[in-house]
Amino acid sequence: MSTQLTTPTDRQTAEAIAVGKGEPSWLVALRGQGAELSATLPWPKPEKVKIERWNLTAVGQYEATDKVSSIQELPQSVQELIAEGTENLLVQKNTGVAWAQLSQELASKGVIFTDLETAAKEHGELVQKYLFQAIKLDENKLTALNAALWNGGVFVYVPKNVEVELPLQAILYNDKAEATFAPHILIIAEDNSRVTYVDSTVSVKEAVQAEFTHPAIVEVFVKPGAVVRFGSVHSLAESGVDLSLRRAVVENDGRIEWIIGDLNDGNTVSDTKSVLVGNGSTSDTKVISVGQRKQQMSLTTQAVHFGKSSDSNMITRAVMREAASAIINGITKIEHGATKANGVQAEKVLMLSPKARGDANPILLIDEDDVTAGHAASVGQVNPEQVYYLMSRGISKSDAERLIIHGFLAPVVSEVPVEAVRQQLNRLLERKLQG
Amino acid sequence: MSTKFVIDGLKAEIEGKEILKGINLEIKGGEIHAIMGPNGTGKSTLASALMGHPKYEVTEGSVSLDGEDILEMEVDERARAGMFLAMQYPSEIPGVTNSDFLRSAINARRGEGNEISLIKFIRQMEGKMKDLEMNPEFAHRYLNEGFSGGEKKRNEILQMMLLEPKLVILDEIDSGLDIDALRIVANGVNAMRAEDRGFLIITHYQRLLDYITPDYVHVMMQGRIVKSGGPELAQRLEKEGYDWVKEELGITDETVGQA
Ligand SMILES: Nc1ncnc2c1ncn2[C@@H]1O[C@H](COP(=O)(O)OP(=O)(O)OP(=O)(O)O)[C@@H](O)[C@H]1O
Ligand SMILES: [Mg+2]
Repeated sequence: MSTQLTTPTDRQTAEAIAVGKGEPSWLVALRGQGAELSATLPWPKPEKVKIERWNLTAVGQYEATDKVSSIQELPQSVQELIAEGTENLLVQKNTGVAWAQLSQELASKGVIFTDLETAAKEHGELVQKYLFQAIKLDENKLTALNAALWNGGVFVYVPKNVEVELPLQAILYNDKAEATFAPHILIIAEDNSRVTYVDSTVSVKEAVQAEFTHPAIVEVFVKPGAVVRFGSVHSLAESGVDLSLRRAVVENDGRIEWIIGDLNDGNTVSDTKSVLVGNGSTSDTKVISVGQRKQQMSLTTQAVHFGKSSDSNMITRAVMREAASAIINGITKIEHGATKANGVQAEKVLMLSPKARGDANPILLIDEDDVTAGHAASVGQVNPEQVYYLMSRGISKSDAERLIIHGFLAPVVSEVPVEAVRQQLNRLLERKLQG
Repeated sequence: MSTKFVIDGLKAEIEGKEILKGINLEIKGGEIHAIMGPNGTGKSTLASALMGHPKYEVTEGSVSLDGEDILEMEVDERARAGMFLAMQYPSEIPGVTNSDFLRSAINARRGEGNEISLIKFIRQMEGKMKDLEMNPEFAHRYLNEGFSGGEKKRNEILQMMLLEPKLVILDEIDSGLDIDALRIVANGVNAMRAEDRGFLIITHYQRLLDYITPDYVHVMMQGRIVKSGGPELAQRLEKEGYDWVKEELGITDETVGQA
């Protein structure tokens, strides 16, 4: 067991970098506070996964990133992910933004879509009001570390009543393990607005060999009547640890939809939470994952109901191959007073090898009588009756299994909003399932 | 060469229990054979053993289709050799659309490099679905998932029509079908009658045989074919039940495999 004596950053370094980048003073202070807390706060403790045994401190060094002058300068594997003809695209490379583009039309409606560093300078008040409000900086070492280190990042602001029809797309990639890669994504959807955001968080795999940690945070604020669809596909290199916390705060009649593909090659903690504060607020969370080799994963979905008649639905589906292991937690919490709330969750794991491990832990915590809640969890192998049925129509055994596994994951894949990202997901699945 | 399917002395067991106790049957292209028999006498077991269900172990006997040894083949090879079994209880496969499945099955049959074009496939599928009076939306539904009993049966017949097998086994294709569906499915089967195609139809009821006239009717009890005849045998069974057969043969318990 390796010990964690060192702290990856300290107040002085964090503040110096912030000052060097010309960040506003409130942000410099926040970074200093984060750095200091990161020395003392404990790591998050996901159920049954000992993340302290992973190398969590390889957060790398700050390196200034130059913007590219055209998309063609980006690596081929990154270009492939870009929706054809999109005018709304943000690309983060390692420590900073490499490309930022928003259509004239959306800009004229008051939509903001840029990297969070720029937003902190140009829309300081707005960013300050929301940054680290859904997820508090002092929750644990991970949140504090992200506060100290975050760079690049994404900022989405959609004004009242504005409906953004086309998805906003971000690609966050690293091609150098030694450079800090710690995005913070902040989305604010004002009253009755609508927006779809999709990102791909990837490594340029041939270039990333050394160990690295990706401490990432997503905060989404869904104001009354607003609808946010958030899609994200992660495919970081085997040498990386992905620590991703996502949280949405949903007000009256607002709705958040999460579509998450956790397809990293390395160890992963993924925690996606919807806080339904408003009456009539709703959330829908879909997560898929494929584990291979000795990958360890902790995949958590959460819904916390405060609002009356709030509704949550969570689905996690994971396929575990070889010696991979996944602990899958679904937590539905209904607070006292959240009458007529309804929370449903289902976790399913398909095991493709006797050495693979999958645990599904549905947890219902209910402090109110007048509610409905349900859960389903299953861990199993590919059903031999199904394989037989397909084979009886002439389909080979391997094709039959492939069809069944893809079918198992299909409910999430088909929901991914951007065609190019859906294709990425299918390519990743194809690759991870063949191995 | 016209189709010839031969079952010779077939014995099979499940979990160590012998269910099939020596089945002999020959089906030529163009012929329709019906198998009837009380519950639990081994009819579905015969169908499953012929198709190669992994739970059933064949202990004796041989099965050949046009001279090819069927028992040597894997399930998918049997299908590609021309066998088709419409199952009594078809599996549901979530996440796999009916049309993706059908296309995979057709392409598996045709082999690599000879795949059916998408347009041609869609035309064929839609044509057959129309014949079976299936709502086009069933092409995009997940395979059998949430299908009603009758819808599953219709979907089995759709597969048969698209795969054009040489030897068709229908296991209680009529169960769960309403009167109109029974006629539609029977029409589908009759449309597939051909010189090079044989049928083995397992059923409990004459009503299916009113539409599909069999050439031979066999009665199964205790894991054997105990009586064979023409269409008139099915009519008598419908009227009188099985008691007279049991009496004639001195059988008291017709089932098989019960301890
Ligand atoms: N998986 C199994 N495990 C144990 N016994 C089995 C299994 N499958 C079939 N059997 C037994 O084998 C016997 C024959 O079953 P089979 O399904 O072939 O009957 P059947 O003639 O098709 O009946 P039905 O008309 O009700 O469909 C039955 O006693 C049944 O319980
Ligand atoms: Mg049966």
